[in-house]
Amino acid sequence: MSKSKSAYSIPGKIGKLERHIIVIWVDNEAGVLARVVGLFSGRGYNIESLAVAEVDKKKHISRITIVTEGTPQVIEQINLQLKKLVPVHKVADFKRGEKDILFRELALFKMLANSAKQEKIKKICKKFNPIVLDKTKKSFVIQVTALRAEIDKLALDLKRLGLISTSRTGAVAMTKGAKIFN
Amino acid sequence: MPKLISGAEIVFKALEDQKVEYIFGYPGGAVLPIYDELKNHKSIKHILARHEQGAGHAAEGYARSSGKPGVLLVTSGPGATNAVTALTDAYMDSVPLVCISGQVPTHLIGTDAFQECDTTGITRPCTKHNWLVKDVNDLSRVLHLAFEVATTGRPGPVLVDIPKDIQFKKGKYKFTKNTLKKKLNGRAAHKLSNKELDKFIDLIKKSSKPIFYTGGGVINSGPDASKYLRELVSLTGFPITSTLQGLGAYPGDDPQFLGMLGMHGTFEANNAMHDCDLMINIGARFDDRITGKVDEFSPGSKKIHVDIDPSSIGKNIKVDLAIISDVSTLLKSLIKRFKEKNKNFSNSNKQKTSNWWEQIDKWREKKSLNFINSDKIIKPQHAVQRLYELTKGQDTFITTEVGQHQMWAAQHYKFNKPNRWMTSGGLGTMGYGLPAAIGVQIANPGKLVVDIAGEASVLMTMQEMSTAVQYKLPIKIFILNNEYMGMVRQWQELLHEKNYSESYTAALPDFVKLAESYGCVGIRAKTPDELDKKIKEMIDVQRPVIFDCVVDKSENCFPMIPSGKPHNQMILGPEEEEEISDEGKVLV
Repeated sequence: MSKSKSAYSIPGKIGKLERHIIVIWVDNEAGVLARVVGLFSGRGYNIESLAVAEVDKKKHISRITIVTEGTPQVIEQINLQLKKLVPVHKVADFKRGEKDILFRELALFKMLANSAKQEKIKKICKKFNPIVLDKTKKSFVIQVTALRAEIDKLALDLKRLGLISTSRTGAVAMTKGAKIFN
Repeated sequence: MPKLISGAEIVFKALEDQKVEYIFGYPGGAVLPIYDELKNHKSIKHILARHEQGAGHAAEGYARSSGKPGVLLVTSGPGATNAVTALTDAYMDSVPLVCISGQVPTHLIGTDAFQECDTTGITRPCTKHNWLVKDVNDLSRVLHLAFEVATTGRPGPVLVDIPKDIQFKKGKYKFTKNTLKKKLNGRAAHKLSNKELDKFIDLIKKSSKPIFYTGGGVINSGPDASKYLRELVSLTGFPITSTLQGLGAYPGDDPQFLGMLGMHGTFEANNAMHDCDLMINIGARFDDRITGKVDEFSPGSKKIHVDIDPSSIGKNIKVDLAIISDVSTLLKSLIKRFKEKNKNFSNSNKQKTSNWWEQIDKWREKKSLNFINSDKIIKPQHAVQRLYELTKGQDTFITTEVGQHQMWAAQHYKFNKPNRWMTSGGLGTMGYGLPAAIGVQIANPGKLVVDIAGEASVLMTMQEMSTAVQYKLPIKIFILNNEYMGMVRQWQELLHEKNYSESYTAALPDFVKLAESYGCVGIRAKTPDELDKKIKEMIDVQRPVIFDCVVDKSENCFPMIPSGKPHNQMILGPEEEEEISDEGKVLV
């Protein structure tokens, strides 16, 4: 989008890329995720991570959290285009680094490790709310929740200690304090 | 307990309640129950096309010339995929269409059944919304919602996919209006504030080099919008230019009108856009054919943008005042407010803009639409001019295909009313004009409908002549025949060292004989002196006509802004052609 001939170039040609977290409330109906994701791919926007699940069983509302990167006008377009989709109720947009927003990602790591090593690993993970989900003599599965960059670093550190499989979610977001998105 | 009726009957009940008079379509296995039900609903007439794309463009022509949504009925698989071009065309040009497609029975979906395709998947990016109806009790709600989505906010196409078993199943019918409470293109309709209007008026008052730049949004807003636009333009005394889609919203022969702008727009319109200090965009979307090089687009102007679609604002060009509104609503309030506060504006303003008008007159002296006429061979521009002169006395509807002839039609045919000009602008669909003319003629019986065509485009949907003959629709297909894909040839001449790769059509049909074989009238004009007589003959025939107008093969469409250049660097004619930069070549 930013390189397209028809995109408006603000002074300095391509604007600075910003990372944003976009939260979308949608009717949980067939194909709704395809509509949202298709909008991104069709218009050439990035999706860095995606998290989606139904949050209101009664009203069938799902909450989609997408991490994306783009110039300010691309981000604005993403917001405006999303709001045009029929099943979309509301869209919230946060710039990474905003103070009153909480972000979390969850990761599962499967490690080949004996019990001595396992203790060491737990120590490394200590800051990130580790929970051991499965344990055998040779292996164990540990769950952590943290920020994206922290998990990136953790995965790197664990590689040396016998990491054989990683599974990660996309980021989810929530505002601090009593206020909610409107 | 309401009576239970079949899905097929629910479809027609919904169409009746939406006051649909015509549906354009083509039957097939997966829609047979709906076609079976047709006979029981006398108020709805089905127009049988020869190809689903033709049915789609006909529905578009119907919608654009009548202001009502067009309805399209196709079968599953190839029926639906054939309709995709028309849906995309309608999406790009904001035409309200409701496409109903048959689908294989629900238990066969996903099994690669005969004539199965993922219709909602395929049409998702080319519709405003689409639905696969898996429960017959959802059907009436979905159908009415479909009409609402298609016609509200920025109009566009929608599709309802109905599996065959749902068409048979019995269910409840309910007509609930306004199910879509939520929004108008993502934003609730808001009342215009006086603050917005005052800022608008303030910019108008401060400007000494203003221009109105209006687009298809004015047409889509309905006839009132054109009325208000004329009032505002006359109130302010400002010059006005229009996009391709906006032609007809303001009278084409009015002295304040500078002609069309953009790649093949007039010298005065483009230069005025470039040099203005205030640009008032009403219902246009800063399309790349209009802006040219965005970095150098109208560098010194304040810009106002009125659009019903929030995502159109700031997409390509940053503006100083954005107003999200229906055009008609905005103009009405603006004029009212303007009149209250500025009783003698036009007098005081005349002086302020007099230098600007002088400058515009200088640009006009270039007569950028001029061409060198010939008495031996018909120049295509001359043909369009003669067609205009000989048809301007009556309420004429013009459709076009895509290419040089389309631009010549836009340049030389002057429109005075909205909804009289139907052309494929956004998608640029060759083959649009002939089927569109069919839809226009159905919506406007007794009126003169002419498709200004090129021989290459018209062959893409030529089979629809058969439809015109079947329904006795006296459409006129006015082919500017130069045996080339003219616009392709022109670009090859200017950008690809005259390597006319595959742009010449050998073995063209004899269009007069072709007309006769379809059971319509064929007319051929070869020389300028027989042109008028032949055009009159075409107009007088009360049957469909294919008019083969043999024109100069090598004529190019000027003026033109080469790709990658700003508005003030137009090529005016053949003597001025210059090398186009490599960068420009990429931009086509």
